[in-house]
Amino acid sequence: MRNAFASEMTSLASEDNRIVLLSGDIGNRLFDDYKSHAPDRFINCGIAEANMIGVASGMAMCGLRPIAYTITPFITARCYEQIKVDVCYHNLPVIIVGVGGGLSYAELLSTHHSCDDIALLRILPNMTVICPSDSHEVRAALRAAVEHGGPVYIRLGKKNEPLIHEKQPEFTIGKGIVIREGRNVCMLSTGNLMPLALETAAMFGDAGISARVVSFHTVKPLDEDLLTDAFNSFDVVITLEEHGLLGGFGSSVSEWLVKRPAARADLLQIGVDDVFCYEAGKQEDARRTFNITKESIVERTRELYRQRSQKV
Amino acid sequence: MLNTQTPDYEHLESLARKIRARLVVMSHKTGAAHLGGALSCVDIIVASYWALMNVDPEKAFDPGRDRLIFSKGHAIATLYVALAMKGFYPEELLESYAQCGSRLAEHPAPYCVPGLEVATGSLGHGLPVGLGMAMAGVINHLPYNVFVVMSDGECNEGSVWEAAMLAPARNIENLVVFVDYNRWQATGRSEEIMALPSLRQKWDAFGWNAYDVDGHDVRALIETVRQAPRGDGKPIAVVAHTVKGKGVSFMEDDNNWHYRIPNEEEVKKALKELGQL
Repeated sequence: MRNAFASEMTSLASEDNRIVLLSGDIGNRLFDDYKSHAPDRFINCGIAEANMIGVASGMAMCGLRPIAYTITPFITARCYEQIKVDVCYHNLPVIIVGVGGGLSYAELLSTHHSCDDIALLRILPNMTVICPSDSHEVRAALRAAVEHGGPVYIRLGKKNEPLIHEKQPEFTIGKGIVIREGRNVCMLSTGNLMPLALETAAMFGDAGISARVVSFHTVKPLDEDLLTDAFNSFDVVITLEEHGLLGGFGSSVSEWLVKRPAARADLLQIGVDDVFCYEAGKQEDARRTFNITKESIVERTRELYRQRSQKV
Repeated sequence: MLNTQTPDYEHLESLARKIRARLVVMSHKTGAAHLGGALSCVDIIVASYWALMNVDPEKAFDPGRDRLIFSKGHAIATLYVALAMKGFYPEELLESYAQCGSRLAEHPAPYCVPGLEVATGSLGHGLPVGLGMAMAGVINHLPYNVFVVMSDGECNEGSVWEAAMLAPARNIENLVVFVDYNRWQATGRSEEIMALPSLRQKWDAFGWNAYDVDGHDVRALIETVRQAPRGDGKPIAVVAHTVKGKGVSFMEDDNNWHYRIPNEEEVKKALKELGQL
């Protein structure tokens, strides 16, 4: 996703001279092409994220369209108050882009994990939160964010994620994209778990369960029409996120759900437990630790079906 | 491009006294605190708005205007009064200060009145935002200047020094910082709470053209900024040595006036000292 981000940034900066890219001393070679197109609109702000967000805000107040980029925990939690006061309070067109969302940097342990950023950013007034599921969505989200003209947070994975879409999809902030149709289970995946969602859907198929898969790229604002349909029409709605179960996407859906009349569907939330990681391991290992695997998702869904049949 | 017109210094001193008197009355009427720090930065604000800055209330949103960020937001009453006197809005609006529903709260809201550039209150935000504005001026080829007024307590915040390191690295020259060095912060002497002394040397070491100035000498404040070198890729830091509660003898250098509200008797005495009664 980060390569798609860098290349789309180059195109955007060439088309629109308000675009400025601020980096927190990462992506050295990544932005070489960008820098050759817009050398005066690339600022390496150093390892100083609070200042970077303030600088981006000052630029936005003067008509520029800054995009601030670094590793997810450092562009969210590290400089949270600057995002709240400078960006959101002033309702500025600052785009905050975090690379390495969730457990992307699993091997670097919890300092570099980001399982709280969706929770933190979505509770800020004026903020929009987008977690693209592949490189096509990254490009589309970036363009939509510039068009939007207010604070936007875009959460990227890392690199070499499989493509979900064949080409750039029709992309509207706040409108989920159906990737695969199904009848029994509706899987709402946000961000980099989409490949797992599709594998799980295939596994459901083998078990005689038909699964719809949705790229629920915008966590805030929620696509309420899509949620209403999902909870009215399916047996089980599953939220998937590489993020903590407290306060994240699934949590957001449950907040929405309790304010609704009783739903037909049960809700299953897949995500990271309320613990830090203390042991070495790759992203796949970390996911396994938190039961973010197709086997576990299918098993837990079957358990929900068993409980449903007992209720009836 | 700095404003280079020669000001009438007597007029500026008289303006400063008027602003101080108004601040004392406003604090008394509303029970709003932070009078001491509001009084200490009056001369910095007068020097900025009445001499250094290119601003026109008729063109409050002109992209080429100079900008001032009042980063010590708790003392915003000083800027509210100055902007009204400068003509950005009627002085009557000041009557509503800190009242329910007023646009003039004890910390400024974003875009609450024309001339108010940035909402502040949480310390350490003004300089990074001001640096962003200054950098935008370079990118947009607009020759405006950005002024940031900070408190000395505010220099406790790490974000100040993050910005202080980036600005000279980017050869930013259209940025002026005033530190209102009144040597007090909320609960004690600022130099005892943090290692603040050698403040000018700190800015100097960070790559700024830095100066120690009497922060109540309007002429010195103006001339220091005007005479600072240009073309060397350095921003300007003015460590303005001030007195908290300046202008009212019984408030001067008494940190009780960080939170205390003057009573009727004290208001009368203060106005007399300021020649406004």
